[in-house]
Amino acid sequence: MNFLIEALAALGRTAINMFSGVGRLMLFTLQALRAAVVPPYYFGRLAEQMALIGWFSLPVVGLTALFTGAALAQQIYVGGGRFNAESTVPAIVVFGMIRELGPVLVGLMVAGRVASSMAAELGTMRVTEQIDALATLRADPFRWLIAPRLVASVVMLPLLVMVANAIGIMGGWLLSVNKLGFNSGAYLATTRKFIEHDDFIMALMKAAVFGFFIALLGCYHGYRASGGAAGVGNATTHAVVSSFIMILLSNLIITLMVFG
Amino acid sequence: MGQHNETPMIELIDVYKSFGPKKVLDGVNLKVRRGESLTVMGGSGTGKSVMLKCILGLLKPDSGRIFIDGEEMTGASGRDQQRLRAHFGMLFQGGALFDSLPIWRNVTFALTNGRGGHAREMRDKAAMLLERVGLGPEVLDLRPSSLSGGMQKRAALARAIAHQPDVLFFDEPTTGLDPVLAGRINRLIVQLVKEMGATAVTITHDLHSARTISDRVAMLHQGKVIWDGPASALDESGNEIVDDFVKGLE
Ligand SMILES: Nc1ncnc2c1ncn2[C@@H]1O[C@H](COP(=O)(O)OP(=O)(O)OP(=O)(O)O)[C@@H](O)[C@H]1O
Ligand SMILES: [Mg+2]
Repeated sequence: MNFLIEALAALGRTAINMFSGVGRLMLFTLQALRAAVVPPYYFGRLAEQMALIGWFSLPVVGLTALFTGAALAQQIYVGGGRFNAESTVPAIVVFGMIRELGPVLVGLMVAGRVASSMAAELGTMRVTEQIDALATLRADPFRWLIAPRLVASVVMLPLLVMVANAIGIMGGWLLSVNKLGFNSGAYLATTRKFIEHDDFIMALMKAAVFGFFIALLGCYHGYRASGGAAGVGNATTHAVVSSFIMILLSNLIITLMVFG
Repeated sequence: MGQHNETPMIELIDVYKSFGPKKVLDGVNLKVRRGESLTVMGGSGTGKSVMLKCILGLLKPDSGRIFIDGEEMTGASGRDQQRLRAHFGMLFQGGALFDSLPIWRNVTFALTNGRGGHAREMRDKAAMLLERVGLGPEVLDLRPSSLSGGMQKRAALARAIAHQPDVLFFDEPTTGLDPVLAGRINRLIVQLVKEMGATAVTITHDLHSARTISDRVAMLHQGKVIWDGPASALDESGNEIVDDFVKGLE
């Protein structure tokens, strides 16, 4: 009996914690959005974050897309071969990259790079009282730290996805032409035919949503860090794991909404 | 001092603050008069830093009221809190310089609100402020991480006084410094308070500092102010806990 009550109490506590956690995140989100929309803005900070998130993610995003596009072409060629459908390679590379792989891969790679560094930087600022110092010096931490990261991430992710899509499709083309014996001109013509405006828009929309979650969760966990270096480590882990989950979940939801 | 019935610069009334089950402030009452220099003493972890953060509105007390120059900080809107914070300059316990900015941007942060621009003017201003705390212009372009602990503390001090606040908070300004530097910082604080006519609240474990710096000492123990009186009365406080503290440290 006692055991049962204790178990129920533990369950209740977990539920309450979860709800209050969701509540805190919602409140944080509203504050962050407000700081991002209502002036004053810190344009210098925004430019800095855009460079950090966009420019410095290019190498990793480009490489990921190139390798994945090529591997995708190879797999479709082998898989398609069973149905005598090798000629579908260019079309399916385009669909695969633009609709799913481009946004998701970029989202995950950038989350690994950026959500972690945001959480680590803000977490360190929190535990070394730099965030308190900001507020004392009358700079709103939401405006100075969080809004620039959020806006930069939402703007840069779609750009990165565009780049990744182009490079991924190019990877497929390179492999198909050089290894699988496709005719370059014909391959490119088919590719062009299957790039659809709506798919492209959806990819960019996905990217913007992923960018939002990456910055939001990176900042949220960093901002709330406590307990020294270990606390910062925890915040970083939580930021990466939660942004991965949110990226994959929102990707599924958007895909189902558009193609369901 | 305080012979007129003037509003205190800072007033705490029955301030409570817990973190989870841990009670930190347990009904703190304290008044700081305008122009006064108060030292807060107390064991490690008794909530001295938490008290300063409550006054600054960085932490929200669970209950109780805090007034700044007659205006209520507790429960004020975000904007009003920011406005009230213009009164304050704070030296944080660990310095809390911004790692991402060079020293001169750090020191002039309160003047620029963190914006770029006015670079030349601000650098000159920073050099002047740094000189006041005994640092040369060679540190202007360095990052905080390449300064020694003592230099960081002095740069943080320069940052705290840059906007000529009328209330200064010093959270353990001399901890971790060698005795010579500690003495210099103490004299600097006295001088700044005098020059600027500011009200000062200093947290320290160092009795010698307390005597040098302050008009009045308050002792925080188990979440309450259990004694306060002139610094000269520390030795005959008639309070056991204060006696232990004084003897333990001398
Ligand atoms: N943000 C926080 N979350 C949880 N607990 C906290 C927080 N800030 C302070 N505490 C706890 O409150 C207590 C008082 O902390 P505080 O920093 O005020 O001590 P202090 O009197 O300044 O000590 P010291 O002289 O060592 O600096 C400590 O036990 C600390 O663990
Ligand atoms: Mg402290």
